[in-house]
Amino acid sequence: MTITSPSSAASQADVDGPFLQVEDLTVTFPTQDGPVQAVKGLSYSVELGKTLGIVGESGSGKSVSSMAVMGLHDAKSSEITGSIRVGGTEVIGLGESRMRKLRGNAMAMIFQDALAALHPFYRVGDQLAEAYAMHHPKASKRDARRKAIEMLDRVGIPQPDRRVDDFPHQFSGGMRQRAMIAMGLINDPSLLIADEPTTALDVTVQAQILDLLQDLQREFNSAVIIITHDLGVIAEMADDVLVMYAGRCVEYGTTKEILTRPEMPYSWGLLSSIPDVTASTDARLIPIPGNPPSLLKPPSGCPFHPRCAHRDKVPGDLCVTELPALTPASNRAGHLKRCHLPNPQEIYQLEVLPEIAPDLAEEIR
Amino acid sequence: MFAYVVKRLLSGVVVLFLISMSVFLLFWYGPSEPAQTICDNDTSNRCTPARLEVFRENLGFNNAWYEEYGKFMKGVVAGREIQFGSTTKFDCPAPCLGYSYRTKAPVFEEMKDRMPATFSVALGGAFLYLSLGIPIGVAAARRRGTVADKALVSSFLVISSIPYYLFALLTWLFLTISWEIPLFSDTGYFPITDNPAKWFSGMLLAWLALGAFGCTSYTRYSRGSMVEVLNEDYIRTAKAKGLAANTVVYKHGLRAALVPVITIFGIDFGTLLAGTIFTETIFDIDGIGLWSLQAVAQRDLPVVSATALFGAAVLIISNIVVDVIYSILDPRVRLS
Amino acid sequence: MSQDPNAKVGIDVSEVGANAAETGERDLSDHVDVVDDHEAFHEPPDFHALAEHGHVATQLDLDAEPIITVDNLKMYFPVKSSGLVRRTVGHVQAVDGVSFQVPRGGSLGLVGESGCGKSTTGRLITRLYKPTGGSMMFEGHDLAKLSTSEMKPLRRNVQMIFQDPYTSLNPRHTVGSIVGAPLAVHNIVPKDKILPRVQELLEVVGLNPEHYNRYPNEFSGGQRQRIGIARALTLNPKLLVADEPVSALDVSIQAQVVNLLQDLQREFDIAFLFIAHDLAVVRHFCPEVAVMYLGKIVEIGDRETIYGHAHHPYTQALLSAVPDVKQAAIGGRRERIRLEGDVPSPINPPSGCRFRTRCQFAQEICAKVEPPLLQIGKRHKVACHFAGELGAHPATPVTTDLLGVDDQGSPVPGATPSNTQLTGPGYEKTWYDLRSKQTTGV
Repeated sequence: MTITSPSSAASQADVDGPFLQVEDLTVTFPTQDGPVQAVKGLSYSVELGKTLGIVGESGSGKSVSSMAVMGLHDAKSSEITGSIRVGGTEVIGLGESRMRKLRGNAMAMIFQDALAALHPFYRVGDQLAEAYAMHHPKASKRDARRKAIEMLDRVGIPQPDRRVDDFPHQFSGGMRQRAMIAMGLINDPSLLIADEPTTALDVTVQAQILDLLQDLQREFNSAVIIITHDLGVIAEMADDVLVMYAGRCVEYGTTKEILTRPEMPYSWGLLSSIPDVTASTDARLIPIPGNPPSLLKPPSGCPFHPRCAHRDKVPGDLCVTELPALTPASNRAGHLKRCHLPNPQEIYQLEVLPEIAPDLAEEIR
Repeated sequence: MFAYVVKRLLSGVVVLFLISMSVFLLFWYGPSEPAQTICDNDTSNRCTPARLEVFRENLGFNNAWYEEYGKFMKGVVAGREIQFGSTTKFDCPAPCLGYSYRTKAPVFEEMKDRMPATFSVALGGAFLYLSLGIPIGVAAARRRGTVADKALVSSFLVISSIPYYLFALLTWLFLTISWEIPLFSDTGYFPITDNPAKWFSGMLLAWLALGAFGCTSYTRYSRGSMVEVLNEDYIRTAKAKGLAANTVVYKHGLRAALVPVITIFGIDFGTLLAGTIFTETIFDIDGIGLWSLQAVAQRDLPVVSATALFGAAVLIISNIVVDVIYSILDPRVRLS
Repeated sequence: MSQDPNAKVGIDVSEVGANAAETGERDLSDHVDVVDDHEAFHEPPDFHALAEHGHVATQLDLDAEPIITVDNLKMYFPVKSSGLVRRTVGHVQAVDGVSFQVPRGGSLGLVGESGCGKSTTGRLITRLYKPTGGSMMFEGHDLAKLSTSEMKPLRRNVQMIFQDPYTSLNPRHTVGSIVGAPLAVHNIVPKDKILPRVQELLEVVGLNPEHYNRYPNEFSGGQRQRIGIARALTLNPKLLVADEPVSALDVSIQAQVVNLLQDLQREFDIAFLFIAHDLAVVRHFCPEVAVMYLGKIVEIGDRETIYGHAHHPYTQALLSAVPDVKQAAIGGRRERIRLEGDVPSPINPPSGCRFRTRCQFAQEICAKVEPPLLQIGKRHKVACHFAGELGAHPATPVTTDLLGVDDQGSPVPGATPSNTQLTGPGYEKTWYDLRSKQTTGV
């Protein structure tokens, strides 16, 4: 198996290198039915001020890999190999007490369902202040509270000095997610991982939250990872995209590349299976057949092959027998794909695009 | 909250009223004849039909039930005079729960005498339920799936499937009778005001039996509750903040995990306060439980209805207390 | 014991969910036992065959008669006070005067943010709630007025598909008994005919008919949603209320279910009231769309009008908030209308126009007079004093002549409000032209 480090290909003129560098990350959980490899040989990097979007279905390993970065997996029931460097510090194998100093401080995570992710019994302000006090042992209670109010104000909660004493259930859905973001950012983290930050929210609230995340990123110049299944969110938020399937990276590159010239049939499937608010009404909605694979018994060869509609275009049964390597896409640097198809570009433009976006296909011709 | 408590207390009074009436009716129309028992008792088993009739008349069994029930309720509220036999008259001040047919003593006074014993048993037992059950349960939850956890859970399951009276009896037989451990030689209730040390040693075995048995359930409750809570998103959030493992478990986990445990405990504690029949009988503690058992055996109607009412009142109050605690622990719960 | 649905999975009951904390994903155990999809491709799936299965957006049938006509539908939930005596202190006006029609075999989309009343409307139509007021005419019966027992024979015509396939199926019942239950309840076919019908239905929704004796937990989310759809189809309904039917599913599965619903609609001529917050899915599935805000329809029209020429500031804000994949080609965020704050409480909704508190065009009249849902095009109604296309909202209210008020919303002495054709369901042949401020028509 070849591991190509995407950072070398995508590297920019940043002297210090990326803030987060993940290399050959593998996360295994022992279960009653045998080991489950939730993440396999994953490599990616995020620079300060940049946003990486991770896309994939449930079970694709997108959350598991990010939890590994945060060191949130229980050491007793998981096995993590490879390398995760956060600001130059190797996180895998780092002692718990040193890990705790990073967690919530240099790197923070915000979660999908803010109602469940905030403690129902403690006041919002106290939960924020706790995060601050944890990493500022010299700060007094009043300092921590002042900081909590300041952060609530920063994320646009009205009357923060009053709302600071509310419980999470007294907030609206959008306000809870704002409070969650405030908590994540209270210690100025250089890396922020947002796991489906807007999935449960209404579109107008989602737009507010995405605006907020972008403003804050500009302000703090942090590296951001957005995990989502919404390609629209990716298109508007991310600089780079990592498409995951069955624990592996199957396509990786800049957002523009991946969403306009994808070369992996799973990415095509994602694009063809969501309708678009502005697309032509002649566009077909083409689902990906079948279901996401079992991680216990992953398919042989390319994990996507049982659901792939373009397998017939690969000679022999290569897809069934051999895992494709993550290789550079046709002539474009920084775009990696894991697929045996010899001419993906052609297939996408001539076969897929006319069905899913007839208007775009017309333009290209 | 105040309005809620008042409302619950009012509805509690209604419940007590209904319970007192049903207990009264059960005895009135029940198969046994309380007058016969008392007559035998008072005449040294030379009860003749004529004498029985006198007792019946004096005890009010010849009146309509509601008339007598009315007198009983008047006694509860304002006190009354009670006549036994042809001459003896007793003055029974409010709250008058009647006179014991057997001892000719005011029921309320007798109950007051027995309360300290029952409360001693209940407090000690309940203390052990929680102080053993919760820490063991939390420790097991943190080690869930390990051999130690599995061994603990299954052995506790075995203990709690033994009937309690058998467990208590075996405890007593082994510790006091077979092994003759001096610390457990003298069980029973001795007033704490007279001799605290003796009170303690007299209660100790009862507490241990009750605590050891009850804590198995509380271990399982708190383990289950804790396992569930540790899977909550907010626990993951707490970890992601960089909090220490103990802070995560005790500050963020335990408080949430306690809510269901407290609910069960409130009911259990109420039941303990209402009198522990087996514990008091086996360890020879003259509390409400033992007293009610004797009263049932001797058809001592006033005592039986008094203990039933007492038990119901204690349960109602402990339910209200649980709800109040619940609303303090969980700010999402608003009492109304 | 072998009948215990949890026995097969082999998870210690006390351990359920225990692994989830470590893995961070709750779906691992789910995938262990997922049965093969009936339409799972053991042969390599062919892209062209697949593409032909995929549908383009549903088209509007202009000749279809309405199957249900909802007029001025209202649902108020009482709010009780705390304290010793619980009095009704107010009402949540969850649905307040909603009118629309769903064409036979067609679909109307109902969109809006959470709390706008779209789900309540769906539940009213299936009579899970009894409406506070208004009428729902369905084949000559007013569903709003019928008692529960009168409703029973009609229930088979109106069925519901729920959002969450994990909680809407009883885990202790087999798929066969879940799908067959309506047949047994309504005593429609003899007992020995139930199973063949169930198997037929499973086949129709793309599940293996042999799996009728399995339990819901043996199926994936998408398959469970198919089971829910099969159950809704059991009694050959004429109208299906689909409440967020795909929003709980993985993206790749959503399209499967949307395609399935389109297939079923064509095959069985079922009308849909399609409730969703995903504007793109609604656009694909529904040729007609109604936008709700705080219990009222603020704009209703055909797809091209709503998505291409919306006249209500709320519709415009909603559409501009949807992130667009096409943006990837350009980079950065789309230009959008920012809505500040949250939706106000439906207990004390704002006076006049309910959207005015968050509307950038709101003026005095908006607080004083409620804008009527005015037909302004052949198939287009909007409730706004300043209705206009994005960037072309008029400076003065367009409704003053009709309502007999001046620009500030105060009544003009002597003016007679012309209240014709303002709030009825369906569309009239003539409408109020915004430019000429005259009634016009074809």
